[in-house]
Amino acid sequence: MAAASIIVAETPLVRYLLRRADDALILGHRLSEWCGKAPMMEEEMALANMGLDLIGQARALYTYAGEVEAAGRDEDAYAYLRDVRGYGNLLLVEQPNGDFAATMVRQLFYSAFIDPYWRALMASPDATLAAIAAKAEKESAYHVRHSAEWVIRLGDGTPESHRRAQDALDNLWAFTGEMFETDAGEQSLIADGLVPDPAALRAVWHESVAKVVAQAGLTLPQGGWMQKGGRSGQHSEHLGHLLSDLQYMQRAFPGATW
Amino acid sequence: MTGQIIPLWEVFIRSRNGLAHKHVGSLHAPDATLALQSARDLYTRRGEGLSIWVVPSNAITASDPADKGMMFEPTASKIYRHPTFYEVPEEVGHM
Repeated sequence: MAAASIIVAETPLVRYLLRRADDALILGHRLSEWCGKAPMMEEEMALANMGLDLIGQARALYTYAGEVEAAGRDEDAYAYLRDVRGYGNLLLVEQPNGDFAATMVRQLFYSAFIDPYWRALMASPDATLAAIAAKAEKESAYHVRHSAEWVIRLGDGTPESHRRAQDALDNLWAFTGEMFETDAGEQSLIADGLVPDPAALRAVWHESVAKVVAQAGLTLPQGGWMQKGGRSGQHSEHLGHLLSDLQYMQRAFPGATW
Repeated sequence: MTGQIIPLWEVFIRSRNGLAHKHVGSLHAPDATLALQSARDLYTRRGEGLSIWVVPSNAITASDPADKGMMFEPTASKIYRHPTFYEVPEEVGHM
């Protein structure tokens, strides 16, 4: 019999941990989809390395969520047994890989946000959160560098690479606003000084992305309507398909190991 | 991109235990910055290194294998160049 979905009793901290973990897991899974398809062997390894960094971050956050929820759930239960509406990741990270330019722009948008975010979280009085952030920050710093170098080269490359990079910026721009959104639960954690306010990082994020985009000779979209809903479980049609890939084995053969 | 010729780079890693940078392999990259990043991704996945050098392969001048007689054989008969003719005092121990 297939494994049933779990419903998590979400306190603000559990919900917060799951959302951040979901960001990392879903983006890590997206990067893993490049396995065997990357434009060159060197980049194949780079994408897989970044994907593994992200999945490692997700594991640490899910494990901590399990301790905080104290319902006897481990990282696998959260990853494999929640339905699409239970996922709280950003819409940005579930967007399909598209071409290499889209993957790199998505990575730059996310990494340029999460890197200063982890740095701010390192000051959290919660020792576990601070430790997870300290480890993740070294990884995200490299992700920023790697994706930025590629966006610069794509923008400043051939007419085709320029066009594709610009298309990626234009298409993904509407998903960037959600990174700075918070709800009442997260605001209570911010008020308690436990986690940083993402809205406070908007200027830093914009400056670092704008610098890369300018160097690439590309144009950063301005303002406009922003998509949201991922944080509250209202996802694009892409996440369900991703999860059917990710969860199939554990749903069809509960507890299977190999 | 793959249709174009991407330059080849030689990678040298200095391992944790110090000593000199050692040649570990090669890779393709469009420029030095990305060569360094790729070297990190390809050759230091298991904590192998603390420092990386990348060198354009075409910057290396190599000896011609056809010259090996002239280049290397004359040393074969000069065994006195090996430090095997010294008596090492017991107290020195393992050198």
